Amino acid sequence: MPINPSLKGHPALDEWLSVTSDGHIVITSGKVDIGQRISTSLAVIAAEELDVDLSRIDFIRTETGLSPDEGVTSGSNSMEQSGEAVRLATATARGRLLALAAEALEVDESTLEIDDGLIQSRETNRSMTYWDLQGDKPFDIDVDLNAKIKSPDTYRLVGKPVDARGIKDIVGGTMVYVHDMKMPGLLHARVVRPPHYKATLNSVDDGAMHRAADAGTKVVRDGSFLAVAHADEYAALTAAKRLNVAADWHTGPGLDGRNIFDQLTSNERLSMPLENGVPVETPVPDAPAIPGNAAVTLQARFERPYHMHGSIAPSAAMALFEDGALTVWTHSQGVYVLRASMAGALGMNEKKLTIKHMPGSGCYGHNGADDVALDAALVARALPGTPIMLKWTRDDEHAWEPYSSAMVMNVGGSLDADGNVVAWSHETYSDTHVMRPRPGAGNTGPSRLLASWFLEKPFPPMTPPPNMQAHGGVHRNLDPLYTFANKHLVKHLVRNLPLRTSAMRTLGGYANVFAIESFMDELAEAGSLDPLEFRLRNLNDERAKAVLVAMSKNLNATALPGGRGRGIGFARYKNEKTYAAVGVELSVNDAAEVQLHRAVVAADAGQVVDPDGLAAQMEGGLIQAASWTLMEAVQFDPDGITSRDWDSYPILRFDNIPEVEVVLMDRPGDPYLGAGEAVSGPTAGAIANAIRSATGQRLRSLPFTPDAIRDAALKST
Amino acid sequence: MATFTLRVNGAAHQVKADPSTPLIFVLRNQLGLTGPKLGCGLEQCGACAVLVDGKPELSCVRAVSEFEDQDITTAEGLSESHADIQQAFIDVGAAQCGYCIPGIVTATAGLFNQTKTPTKVQITEALHGHLCRCGSHLRVLKAIERLVQEGAVDAN
Repeated sequence: MPINPSLKGHPALDEWLSVTSDGHIVITSGKVDIGQRISTSLAVIAAEELDVDLSRIDFIRTETGLSPDEGVTSGSNSMEQSGEAVRLATATARGRLLALAAEALEVDESTLEIDDGLIQSRETNRSMTYWDLQGDKPFDIDVDLNAKIKSPDTYRLVGKPVDARGIKDIVGGTMVYVHDMKMPGLLHARVVRPPHYKATLNSVDDGAMHRAADAGTKVVRDGSFLAVAHADEYAALTAAKRLNVAADWHTGPGLDGRNIFDQLTSNERLSMPLENGVPVETPVPDAPAIPGNAAVTLQARFERPYHMHGSIAPSAAMALFEDGALTVWTHSQGVYVLRASMAGALGMNEKKLTIKHMPGSGCYGHNGADDVALDAALVARALPGTPIMLKWTRDDEHAWEPYSSAMVMNVGGSLDADGNVVAWSHETYSDTHVMRPRPGAGNTGPSRLLASWFLEKPFPPMTPPPNMQAHGGVHRNLDPLYTFANKHLVKHLVRNLPLRTSAMRTLGGYANVFAIESFMDELAEAGSLDPLEFRLRNLNDERAKAVLVAMSKNLNATALPGGRGRGIGFARYKNEKTYAAVGVELSVNDAAEVQLHRAVVAADAGQVVDPDGLAAQMEGGLIQAASWTLMEAVQFDPDGITSRDWDSYPILRFDNIPEVEVVLMDRPGDPYLGAGEAVSGPTAGAIANAIRSATGQRLRSLPFTPDAIRDAALKST
Repeated sequence: MATFTLRVNGAAHQVKADPSTPLIFVLRNQLGLTGPKLGCGLEQCGACAVLVDGKPELSCVRAVSEFEDQDITTAEGLSESHADIQQAFIDVGAAQCGYCIPGIVTATAGLFNQTKTPTKVQITEALHGHLCRCGSHLRVLKAIERLVQEGAVDAN
């Protein structure tokens, strides 16, 4: 097995945990809790390996310079990276503490027993505690990659239900999010936004500037970046609105408002074939000819519009610039990469920046969190010594966050007379899915933060290189887990598209799996094959088959009521993480609205640590993906984004939430598999297939709104 | 600037504010009650909900001047009056990031103030204005179902 990337960069045990003299174990992880309950899982693992009560586990908030650099909390990697690192670190600590205790108590180590940090031996009346042995002292050893970890049959906590950390504070309204922070002398700030990405600021009306100053408003301008700050939050908000009216913008021709799917398939692009999920730098071969033994051949085009993260809290950050050093409190998913991009954009030495993580609302990827940190820093730098709380508005978050790219998937396939797949082709057209902050000179790092585009000395948006990793961005889950013999797979990274894009839950995986799982049903239907049987015969991975069978058994445990349809979808995220099969039961009412009734998820995430948290990820992932699938599309025209609030970008509400049953496969002792993105793609496929089953309509262009369903019905008559 | 007397979570407070200031800014920034969350400032998402004389109201648009002489309860105040609702949310894990949850707990408290045995339709109507992006809806509905079954909610 390759060495854990988190431990590779941070081998010292003291980087991961410390024991306090007052009886606590303090874990220092580089992964942040964004509502996915990673801190709960890490606490369970630590308490398990150390044999202490869960209440003894504390965390240090992730912060540059203090925490191990574990990159970004993304890609469903946290359990595999930080979870495994914390397991090995706590197992190493346990071994060390037992050795120290054996020496101190003058007994053989094998006679020692641990009870909540108290170490006793049947051979002596004396005992020691972790806190006696190691309280506030460094271990000065490395994490042992071969440390003896507990056997699953002795688990007290792993795999058992526990309350999520912090849930009492959340429910009681006392949880402190970055938005809720306070400091003496703090000013509230807001940004005055241009009409769209390409607009530049000509001037701001002098009278308005004077009136703002008279009202105690600080106005900060750097090129086309314009912001206001005021001690009173409502006054700051009002000042921003007034200056918005008083600002004169050069808008130019604006955004390319032509049909986005036409732009995707006709713009300049970088095209590469895939081998085993990896892009290869060779010319794209011609699509293979239809095999001579093909009895059925189908082609279909699938479309996915731009989607937004749509966090419930508009992004926010607090910043303080003092004595040439900058401190930023942020809900970013990656404090180290944010520091690198910010240092570049601000022209500061990275050593002068400290980035501290604070909770924010769920982000589901790269939303406005990083951008607002630079916004706050720009205002703070202009007002040294003054803490700045800069919050985006709802309009800012809807119109300026980096979206998930619109995509086109062209899929084709052939069956022989026995129903075997004898050819499969899949080409995906998309903008980048990876524009997160990162180190890099020139505009490669700084330009990933929005405000950098508008500075007096701007960092113009960069043209991203293709992601060459297996299942990287555009091509995530493009290569299916199915065992098709003859595959033609191509990623097209399309240039010069109108909207800003970056990482959102699953990157390209959601739309690729939507297309694959829809098309699997189309092929099955054309070959008169059962959708489940068809999938099973094209899989040789027993764990994949097991989730499909388990899901199907529970989905079909009840008779299908009249007027309803059922559909299924499957994927293994990135072909290496959690296996998920999703079944959906729905109907379409007279208003052509899809009504979700039931859903079943079967998931294999390896060893389960926090079953209730894992189930919550399955349920939440399904509900969010159902919302994307049924309702969501970012709208825009040459004048800018027109989806600017929850009326113009509606999402799923409490009136259309299905009953969801989650089946978790039991895999004691197996490696943890990341799960947060597992169900998104399968859910879209299952919904499309269930609509086909309920109505006879095959919908291939997301979202499946009443208009889309009526259009399909009209075309088919 | 004008002076207002607000009764919040059972205590009276004198606050100074521009009369058009939305209530939420006074609650959060002057009284330090950050249970009501700023989500949209447009009365579209429900994160800022508070109880006013026991009924759910949004606090992100309506001016502070409209709330004098009324009993305002924030999520923090519900710990006293509706602890059983909060406990049900905790028991079923009805929160992921949790940003929408104080508003949803508040709406739930308002619902149970109205009836101890809400129907499914009444529950969905009470929560219709509340958005959640993590997808905690199922757990929220489960918490409410449990409360209805137990019939143990205090009617305040």
